[in-house]
Amino acid sequence: MKRLILALALLLATPLYAVQPDEVLPDPVMESRAREISQGLRCLVCRNENIDESNATLAKDLRLLVRERLVAGDSNEETVAYIVDRYGEYVLLKPTLTGANKLLWIAGPAMLIIALGIGFGFLRRRQSEPEQSELTDDEEKRLQALLND
Amino acid sequence: MLVELGHFALVMAFVVAIAQTVLPLWGAQMGKRALMAVGEPAALVQLVLIAFSFGALTYAFVTSDFSLQVVVANSHTLKPMLYKVSGVWGNHEGSMLLWVLILALFGAAAALFGSNLPDTLRARVLGVQGSIGLAFLAFILFTSNPFTRLEFPPMNGEDLNPLLQDPGLAFHPPFLYLGYVGLSMTFSFAVAALLEGRVDAAWGRWVRPWTLAAWIFLTIGIGLGSWWAYYELGWGGFWFWDPVENASFMPWLFAAALLHSAIVVEKREALKSWTILLAILAFGFSLIGTFLVRSGVITSVHAFANDPERGIFILMILAFFMGGALLLFSLRANVMSAKGVFSMVSRESALVVNNILLAVAALVVFTGTIWPLVAEAFWARKLSVGAPFFNAAFTPFFTMLAVVLPIGAILPWKRARLGAALKRLIPALILTLAVMGLIWSMQTQKTLLAPIGLGLGTWVVAGAIQDIVLKLGKNRNLSRLFRLPRADWGRLFAHGGLGITIAGIAGLTAWTVEDIRVVQIGETFDVAGYTITLDAVERKQGPNYLTTMAAMSVFEGPQKVATLHPEKRSYPVAQMPTTEAGIDNGFLRDVYLVIGDVQSNGGWAVRTYIKPLANWIWGGTLIMAFGGVLSLTDRRYRVAAGARKKSLASAPKGVPAE
Repeated sequence: MKRLILALALLLATPLYAVQPDEVLPDPVMESRAREISQGLRCLVCRNENIDESNATLAKDLRLLVRERLVAGDSNEETVAYIVDRYGEYVLLKPTLTGANKLLWIAGPAMLIIALGIGFGFLRRRQSEPEQSELTDDEEKRLQALLND
Repeated sequence: MLVELGHFALVMAFVVAIAQTVLPLWGAQMGKRALMAVGEPAALVQLVLIAFSFGALTYAFVTSDFSLQVVVANSHTLKPMLYKVSGVWGNHEGSMLLWVLILALFGAAAALFGSNLPDTLRARVLGVQGSIGLAFLAFILFTSNPFTRLEFPPMNGEDLNPLLQDPGLAFHPPFLYLGYVGLSMTFSFAVAALLEGRVDAAWGRWVRPWTLAAWIFLTIGIGLGSWWAYYELGWGGFWFWDPVENASFMPWLFAAALLHSAIVVEKREALKSWTILLAILAFGFSLIGTFLVRSGVITSVHAFANDPERGIFILMILAFFMGGALLLFSLRANVMSAKGVFSMVSRESALVVNNILLAVAALVVFTGTIWPLVAEAFWARKLSVGAPFFNAAFTPFFTMLAVVLPIGAILPWKRARLGAALKRLIPALILTLAVMGLIWSMQTQKTLLAPIGLGLGTWVVAGAIQDIVLKLGKNRNLSRLFRLPRADWGRLFAHGGLGITIAGIAGLTAWTVEDIRVVQIGETFDVAGYTITLDAVERKQGPNYLTTMAAMSVFEGPQKVATLHPEKRSYPVAQMPTTEAGIDNGFLRDVYLVIGDVQSNGGWAVRTYIKPLANWIWGGTLIMAFGGVLSLTDRRYRVAAGARKKSLASAPKGVPAE
């Protein structure tokens, strides 16, 4: 939430605010593509903030770069690849599905399946176990005797 | 002088904490009443000492005593009084002092309200609580002393971070800490029960109010933080999956799981070892949160000045308490034999599903939060895990939870039939489908997010209401409404609040309209059915800042809706600007205006957002918390306390099912 602090402290000698009017592309479809891409790219000098929301100068440069690539005719994927080539995968807020990252993506479903398996096993055992009486054996016998009368 | 006394009181509290830890635990083991009895006075004295120490630091802030290092770094004479006070916990050292103050507060509360507990259990709870206090007092005294004096005091301070100078954020940390630290109580109860070697329905009943209280505070704290982000950061985001937000969200999820599983222990004497484990994990994750925020391993602007030495100290505290508790758990888990038997379809099973979803969701958040560390350590990959990942990985869990919740909540205990339960929910189901259909047909952009999200919200709210209606019996006897236990009302509000929050998030995410443009003074523009005029822009002086304040009129047709004053403030001492959005809060939508910089042609950059259902997010959160309060004041917690005193000798056995 307060990721702005560092960015602001370092960079806002002249305050800028995320997406300036002069950055917006005339073509609304292309602009909305640019916004979508920007929301997945990290502002490298900020903490955990995407370039679409960031006030940093670097974020502005990246926003303009994204729009430049789109205007030049790149697809969304090509634009992202272009930026990842230059800044590394650190720039991606959504980790790719490559290498060890598969573990990250699979962790949620895998943990859920394991937990459901354990839960299911537990419930089956609960179901089959005989109800433990609150009464001792003696009391149980006396109760039975009383009920039989 | 007062400052030195405050420091001295903290050292004394440390000494008292040693006594509070060692004597009652030893006494309980040896069966020595005199030693066990030390726990209560020690807990009370501890509170008095730490409160005094905290008061001394507050006094230093209020009087701007610039001979203190923390005051210099976080205060300024011109700062408004509210922020002089909140500045006490707006920094690492002071916030740790607040941490131990709340810890002592809970310890003292346990001593005061614990008269219905068996002597040994009470002694052990206070002992464990004392040991946590001991660890954190040591942490403060050895690594983060707020009472460090400066040899040459400066004339004035460096001011508090302007982003923190806000009423929403002034009260955000105390609530959050009440939540984090409240979970220490459940931890103490869990460890005490493991030491006793006994967990029964009564234990479930004792531990649940503490869990509820902690959960209520966490809910409010997280809600406040999110609300603050919404209006302060200048573009209306409400949740960022920042590591520090995650640090508060993980304990919340575990606390939510715990307060559900404690019901099963209380009513059915089952899920005991799982509940104990959850109680340990919930506090464990609050400690992990503390570690993440204060160690600097994960960079976040939320984080206080980081210091590896402090990180290692907290890691040691974490390792000691988690390692010790889990070891104890593995040794003693087998003594907690479950009693209640239930079938595959039953309230118990539904609560198991609830627990699985909440716990796995929390672990997913945890995995995502630490993944950048793991990837760098093992594969030398520098990567980021941000909001897009969490949205994709986390949302399915809450979707499943919302689908299952109304069904689980009306299932009877022990044995149930799914068909019968679903049949009783038919009205709620019809309403849900109607809402989904209506939204789908009304939407101009055909996204699935809004119909599904609002449908889920409707389903949860309608299910919660249906649950109450069913309690009225066949002939809809309204007089029964007044005789329902508060716990039932608590459930209605807590679940209903969740539904409202889900609907709000879906509406806001799916339908926000944004407009960015340059506007000349006097110019009018249209956004999503609203006509907005920039009337004037003025420069003004606040108590410790300069501001550029706009006056903007918002019209809906010919009708004037509001005059808003978005601001851009600049804090000269801290050399930081902040945005203060101008927001017209509405039931169905917020109009959200932000003023930017003056442009070369003399116009102003203006951003306008129409944010549908925004207030439902925090409204739902408050309703959830209110539901918690209702549950907390249920008769069985108020009356049972007195009733048990008489039957203390014969420890209460299983409580019959509802």
